[in-house]
Amino acid sequence: MSWFLVHFAQLVFYVMASCVIAGAVGVIAFRSPVHAALSLLASFLGVAGLFVLLEAEFLAAVQVLVYAGGVMVLFLFVIMLVKARAIPREPQYVNRLVPAAVGLGVVLALLLGAGMWASVTGAPADAAALQRVAGAQLGNTEAVGWSLYRDYLLPFEVVSIVLLVAMIGAIVLGRKEPGKEGRA
Amino acid sequence: MKDLLWLIPLLPLLGAAVNGLVGNRRGWSKHATSGVALTASGLALLAALGAIADWAATVGTHAAHVDRVFTWIPAGFGHTTGGLLANLSVDFSLRIDALSAVMLFFVTFVGFLIHIYSVGYMHGEEERPYARYFAYLNLFMFAMLTLVLGANLAVLFVGWEGVGLCSYLLIGFYFEKDWCAAAGKKAFLVNRIGDFGFILAIFWTVKVFGTVDFGALEGAIAADPARFAAAATPIALLLFVGAVGKSAQLPLYVWLPDAMAGPTPVSALIHAATMVTAGVYMVVRTNFIFRLSPTAMLVVAAVGGVTAFFAATIGLAQNDIKKVLAYSTVSQLGYMFLATGAGAFAGGIFHVFTHAFFKACLFLGAGSVIHACSGEQDMRKMGGLAKKIPVTYWTFLVATLALSGIPPFAGFFSKDEILGRVFAAGAGNLNGFGVSYLVLWVLGVAGAFLTAFYMFRAVYMTFHGEFRGGHEAEHHLHESPPSMIWPLRILAGGSVVVGLLGVGKAITFGSDLNWFEGFLHHVAPNVEVEHAPALGTEWALIVLSVAVAGAGIALARRFYFGPQAFAAPRRIAERVPSLYAAVANKYYVDEAYDRTVVRPLGKLAHFSWKGIDAIAIDGTLNASAFFTEIAGDLLRFLQTGNVRNYALFVLGGALAAAAWLLL
Amino acid sequence: MITTTHYLVLSLILFTLGVVGLMVRRNFITVLMCIELMLNAANLNFIAFSRQLGDLTGQVFAVFVITIAAAEAAIGLGIIVALVRLKQTTDLDRVNVMEG
Repeated sequence: MSWFLVHFAQLVFYVMASCVIAGAVGVIAFRSPVHAALSLLASFLGVAGLFVLLEAEFLAAVQVLVYAGGVMVLFLFVIMLVKARAIPREPQYVNRLVPAAVGLGVVLALLLGAGMWASVTGAPADAAALQRVAGAQLGNTEAVGWSLYRDYLLPFEVVSIVLLVAMIGAIVLGRKEPGKEGRA
Repeated sequence: MKDLLWLIPLLPLLGAAVNGLVGNRRGWSKHATSGVALTASGLALLAALGAIADWAATVGTHAAHVDRVFTWIPAGFGHTTGGLLANLSVDFSLRIDALSAVMLFFVTFVGFLIHIYSVGYMHGEEERPYARYFAYLNLFMFAMLTLVLGANLAVLFVGWEGVGLCSYLLIGFYFEKDWCAAAGKKAFLVNRIGDFGFILAIFWTVKVFGTVDFGALEGAIAADPARFAAAATPIALLLFVGAVGKSAQLPLYVWLPDAMAGPTPVSALIHAATMVTAGVYMVVRTNFIFRLSPTAMLVVAAVGGVTAFFAATIGLAQNDIKKVLAYSTVSQLGYMFLATGAGAFAGGIFHVFTHAFFKACLFLGAGSVIHACSGEQDMRKMGGLAKKIPVTYWTFLVATLALSGIPPFAGFFSKDEILGRVFAAGAGNLNGFGVSYLVLWVLGVAGAFLTAFYMFRAVYMTFHGEFRGGHEAEHHLHESPPSMIWPLRILAGGSVVVGLLGVGKAITFGSDLNWFEGFLHHVAPNVEVEHAPALGTEWALIVLSVAVAGAGIALARRFYFGPQAFAAPRRIAERVPSLYAAVANKYYVDEAYDRTVVRPLGKLAHFSWKGIDAIAIDGTLNASAFFTEIAGDLLRFLQTGNVRNYALFVLGGALAAAAWLLL
Repeated sequence: MITTTHYLVLSLILFTLGVVGLMVRRNFITVLMCIELMLNAANLNFIAFSRQLGDLTGQVFAVFVITIAAAEAAIGLGIIVALVRLKQTTDLDRVNVMEG
């Protein structure tokens, strides 16, 4: 029992990690887009769990709300919208690209891994630093909020503009063509 | 009125705009066109007279009145080479003083008469060319008046270029004929050489003085002549290069004879009376620079004197009546420069003034002759016209006497003044160049003899003897309409009387009745020599010049009059054919220029076109376009249109970037 | 003991899976999902380093990444809708009118 308690964090990590990887593999492997989307949802939730483990509670909440809640619903909507016959059936993969893709992906992973390994030196910092605002010990959400609205106000506003543009773009793209409106 | 100086050039400009932009397009009737043109130039004449009267009454003839119209080039402050801090702003301002008043008067007066004459002369044209003609003529008046009234070198240059443009347009008026278009082009290009010198002179003036205003320049030089003495020579010589081009002096005179391709009134106005004298006017206008530089003065005198003689010799063997007058004009312009070069600025302008009357009269008379002979210009096909067109004959004769320097006609006074002054410069050893001036005086006297000879040759060939033009042409002979006759009469009258404005001192035995010289004294005082010739010497000179002119007339009468006409010249031509051919062919100057300048330039241009442009530049461009096309042909296979392939490229790029950053 | 390196390895695996999926799938919708996977891998990386360094900047950037991902999904799905209306397919191999 005590082993279980000692290794609880490790256990959670491996469960979540396998959930993430299994979900990702599912996305690639499932033929039906609905299955792929549900698999993606599993992966998202796994990532959210890992965020909790990394003491980024606010991000975990956002991950669940935005990805699992928003983006996933959007995906499912579109899948429903697009008639089934529009989705390619056989074969789902571009077979001749698989070896190249895997090869390139692994090489890229190795390269990036090498870079990241070099960056990780020493023990992790005190987790309390992630909840501190101007010396006062607050929650993670409050700390992120302070940082976002004080230090990164301008990028934040820019990102909000990007969102607005994306929204308008999505409306324009999704609109029926003016000439065909009467027929719809 | 003197504050409305800008109105004087503006009126002809309005006339030009109406005729050129509206009348020409609409094809207005000739009455409307000539009405507009005559009103414009007539009002300009009235405005000019009013301005002169107002200026003389309120400012006084000894002072200048400057009318600043607007600031043209506000360039701000800058340092000159003399270290002066000067405000380099150029105003569009007009100036009236004794010199511009003289020019203003005869330009508007002669110009107006020639406008009247043109109504008769051009009546055979279609409506639209007629409107075009009068538009150009008015535009010329505008430019010439701007030139004359300009209070600084920059405004003068505007007028200078403007008259050059109008000259080009009017020489090439019959542009459907190749040789007319070529003549216009030639005039334009040769003038460019001179204009280049002029504009360099303006730049140099700005560099040295920091101003181009005549009043300011004169003041600066008067304050400290020694300081600007070194800069005066190059500036003066460059200005003179401009004058040589515009006033058709050696070696740039070649365009003026060809300019006779234009309508005859144009030859009278632009290529005899006004525009070609702009060079003389400009030299006199900037006399304060020229008088600082003895070298420049001598160059001016030498070019003028040699041209006076040289052009006169070519005039001896010309058979085209207008060509004779053209070479005569070149020669007389030479006299004007000879005068200014000898320091007789007033004398030079006086000759400009008298020349405007009698040469305009001669050209208009020639136009009347050509009109009578149905367009024939070759004097060998004329003869005996005196009885058929008596008014033309008498006015032509009066003007010829004036040009030959027979007293009491106008040319006598002005030419005598010039020769007397040049002799005085030689005898008084002006600037230490006494011998040179004496040689130039000899050339001038010889030129006077030749002038009398070729002018009376023209008179005898044209008006005396038997008509040689064939029966049909003889039947057609007629006197010109009143609109052509009256300007002739007025100008002939002027040729008689205007000389009295400048009666030389010696003629009146020492009492100073030379109103003209006194009038110009404050603007362009003569350069006086220390030891003026004695009264007796001056009288001897007068007698000599009259005698020389008389000898020329007598010789012409012997050669070209009476039953033995043409026999003597034919004998000479047979005995020394090479000399005769050389003179008749204008010493092959055009051919020499063609070989040494025009053709090499043509070859250079051809090489630039075929060699540099077509092969080097076009080749490079075509080659780069070709390689771009090849590269595009190859690279387009990368553009599969397949998004996933693009993703592959992005991945490859990311890989390369990562590798470059990390390894 | 779970170290930062664990998270990094996981992030790498996730990213590589995203890349591979992006390359091999023909269905546009799935390709978009793979892009989301790659963005998630990046977020995981951000958070892992934020934890390692005790610096909130990583979390803030993860917020931005999520925002951009949402925008990208909206646009991508909009394109899919437009594409289906035009070509009646989401098969990327049949969308190659831009072939040079």
